[in-house]
Amino acid sequence: MEINATQHPMDKYLRADRIPHIWCPGCGLGIVLNAFLRAIDELKIDLDKLAVVSGIGCTGRIAGYINTDSYHTTHGRAIPFATGLKLANPEMKVVVISGDGDLFAIGGNHFIHAARRNIDITVIGVNNYNYGMTGGQLGPTTPLGARTTTSPYGNIEHPFNLCHVAHAAGAVYVARWTVLHAVRLKNSIKEALQKKGFSFIEVIAACPTTYGRRNKMPDALDEMRFYREHSVIKHGIDPAEANIEIGKEIIVGKFVDIEKPTFNDAVEELKRKVKKK
Amino acid sequence: MTYWVEEKEKNVHGRVYIIKDRCKQCGFCIEFCPQGVLKQSEEFNAKGYHPPKLVETDEKKCMGCGFCQMICPDFAIFVEREEEEDGKK
Repeated sequence: MEINATQHPMDKYLRADRIPHIWCPGCGLGIVLNAFLRAIDELKIDLDKLAVVSGIGCTGRIAGYINTDSYHTTHGRAIPFATGLKLANPEMKVVVISGDGDLFAIGGNHFIHAARRNIDITVIGVNNYNYGMTGGQLGPTTPLGARTTTSPYGNIEHPFNLCHVAHAAGAVYVARWTVLHAVRLKNSIKEALQKKGFSFIEVIAACPTTYGRRNKMPDALDEMRFYREHSVIKHGIDPAEANIEIGKEIIVGKFVDIEKPTFNDAVEELKRKVKKK
Repeated sequence: MTYWVEEKEKNVHGRVYIIKDRCKQCGFCIEFCPQGVLKQSEEFNAKGYHPPKLVETDEKKCMGCGFCQMICPDFAIFVEREEEEDGKK
């Protein structure tokens, strides 16, 4: 027999009085939050040394549910906020968890420049292909031909390949997973948290309410079955080849894992040089 | 002479805990359980959803892989692993 319980093992990291959360049934964000909490649990990260920053959108709610220093910032400005946190207190582990609309539409510039400077933060970008919270409008990651409320005849704009953007801008760790790969996602978050430098993980998440039901996947289970049947793990391939297109397989895996001096290292180096003179 | 088969093999089982009032009936745990341990129950929770329950056939069918607790978006299910020393059910 199953046993009825009132406490979940992850409740110690959650603001448990706010659970059940507001996300729709089958939303992938709960899985991302769960994987993140399990990653910090396994790494035994001190919660006093961890800050979680998020922007606006459904994904922006994640910071509010984690019982640590968490910041819900203005639209698109999660990464500048995290940059400031990291530079003011290099001891802190700073994680940005935000959606594709926040990180790549209004916050796109901040993303590429943080990656270019190689600021030592971890960015988890949840890609659900549309603006979910505002009613499912076309976004910068909507695949060609997909139907949304603002593209009822199919999208005609070419979408971003987020992993390619991150790689081209200079991120040291780039990976992509779907929410079905929950265990691999957790392991990837663990790697990214331990990595020095700008690490980026794209998580493809189901949005049954606003995206799925306009694209012949009316149920969250349909999207999860789609991920099971159509995702292929290819570690180490060039992210430029990992485009997301309708009718093609979703390529997931760890694409980039390199070493590079971070912005903090460069600042320390500069301080030493200037003091010598 | 000792053989590897004589070493104690541990049988691992899972004990499934469900927080019924958090469930939103997405069905992920039922669909993706590798052992098919869970099914939808008839009862309603406080939000009007049907939480999962265990299939009654075999109590030790759950192997404790913990995939349901990873895939649950609502923090409504978790598994505790139990190891048996004697190698027999």
